[in-house]
Amino acid sequence: MRTNGPLALAFHTIFVVVMLAPIVVVCLVAFTPEGFLSLPTHGFSLRWFREIANYPEFVHAFWISLGLGMLSSFVALLFAVPVALAIARYQFRGREALMALFLSPLMIPHVVLGIAFLRFFTSIGMGGSFAALLVAHVIVVFPFALRLTLAATTGMDRSIEMAAVSLGAGGWTLFRRVTLPLILPGVISGWALAFIQSFDDLTMTVFLAAPGTETLPVRMFLYIQDNIDPLVTSVSASVIAITMTALILLDRFYGLDRVLAGKSDPGR
Amino acid sequence: MSTVGTTAPQAVVASSEPSAAGTPWLLSAPALMLFVGVLVIPLAMTVMLSFHDWGQYKGIEPVFILKNWREIASDPYYAEMFWRTFRIALLATAITAVLGAPEAYILNRMSGRWKGFFMLLILGPLLISVVARTLGWALLFGGNNGLVNKLLISLGLINAPLPFMFTETGIVVALAHVMMPFMVLSVWVALQRVDPQIENAAMSLGAGAFTIIRRIILPQIMPGVLSGAIIVFSLSASAFATPAIIGGRRLKVAATLAYDEFLNTLNWPLGAAVAVLLLVALALIVVGSNALIERRYAEVFR
Repeated sequence: MRTNGPLALAFHTIFVVVMLAPIVVVCLVAFTPEGFLSLPTHGFSLRWFREIANYPEFVHAFWISLGLGMLSSFVALLFAVPVALAIARYQFRGREALMALFLSPLMIPHVVLGIAFLRFFTSIGMGGSFAALLVAHVIVVFPFALRLTLAATTGMDRSIEMAAVSLGAGGWTLFRRVTLPLILPGVISGWALAFIQSFDDLTMTVFLAAPGTETLPVRMFLYIQDNIDPLVTSVSASVIAITMTALILLDRFYGLDRVLAGKSDPGR
Repeated sequence: MSTVGTTAPQAVVASSEPSAAGTPWLLSAPALMLFVGVLVIPLAMTVMLSFHDWGQYKGIEPVFILKNWREIASDPYYAEMFWRTFRIALLATAITAVLGAPEAYILNRMSGRWKGFFMLLILGPLLISVVARTLGWALLFGGNNGLVNKLLISLGLINAPLPFMFTETGIVVALAHVMMPFMVLSVWVALQRVDPQIENAAMSLGAGAFTIIRRIILPQIMPGVLSGAIIVFSLSASAFATPAIIGGRRLKVAATLAYDEFLNTLNWPLGAAVAVLLLVALALIVVGSNALIERRYAEVFR
């Protein structure tokens, strides 16, 4: 009973093909030599990738997304590492409530978050600014940064810290020279996962982005609403390639299975 | 909207330092201030906003009235829209459960290396942009001679092309695909707790494959299916990108309607009311079904 029968394997094959089909189709169409949406049956061409350069709004949106993703996941970690240390090492009253608050962006639909941020930032005169986007993204990616950092801090061998303390290290030196290097793989994976979440977010960002601060998913979404042509497939294929790079980074430092098994929530 | 993993792990060293009473709060203070300032306050402002008045020329008026809530309650347009939202979410959830649970079971019976490889293929898309995945479906559906229709016709399943773009069918199919990894993951986690020896015992006692699945496997993975269903349902009901791209401008669900009110009609108070209602409805459904599952399967969670 431990092996799969032919029926099960047939089901499995169809299942995997259907799961991959939409992603594969986007990547294939991106290489079409034709001027319209079609599979590249008459040879592959990079013309639609070159075409991206003629659309400065996509290029600009790409830099916004890249900067926003890197910066917001970094800032989220600055806030998350101390929290992870507090939650992993101390039993205190309000600990569960604190944890629930910090993970709450996972529970609230992103459309509600988008609306709340739009209302808030407009009312304090920061509507449509990059700073507003940055703060909003820090909040949304915070749970992902916290979870992986927390896993690293919880699993850390504290005897090394004790040894450092006995040798006279303390405070900042202890953190910088001993604690941080030990939890670094978890911190870097937290950064990569947070980056992917920020880089891919559409639902929340679409409310906040203004012309000039549009991220790549927002730009792609607005473009698709008007028309679908090979250009948007080559942009999508590039986005998929960037996500893959971050995934490989995650796998190297942390193990993708651990990230995914601990990750019961999305990225929308 | 995750329903698992919200509880903090046990602290490794329970406050050994005696002078440490305030330390955890000191460490959490920056993040706490950020969350109160930029999450709690904006959410409270949004709830307030849903009670404000709005007019084409006067804009938003900060008064406390029930106008928006009355409009949602009385205009059948909103009832229909919410009904559509939940119908789509329910169908997408059913598809992920019916296909995802067997797939998780098959995955779990594979040998180590293949298991890892296929887990990566199936769960990896979770991290790929929803816009890109939905675009893939738009390409596959594409008009009457899209690949999906060609395939279905050549298999003899249908005679005439089915409309997928700008229909609920299309949204349901694409959403089910986007949400599938969550279901597979959730059932797979439940399967890790199943002792394979029970299956062998049932087989040695003469149970057939079907009986084993129905009487041994299914009852044990049901909690996994149900918690996966809660995640998929709540994410589907609040999904934005997929209904917006596949459904087009006319077929509205809660999230796309709220977007319209905010960025096209500019009736923010009404949009806020729609969003708050979605949030409250989902919270009630999630909390309610969690309680039901935990009572029904109390022995499994122990």
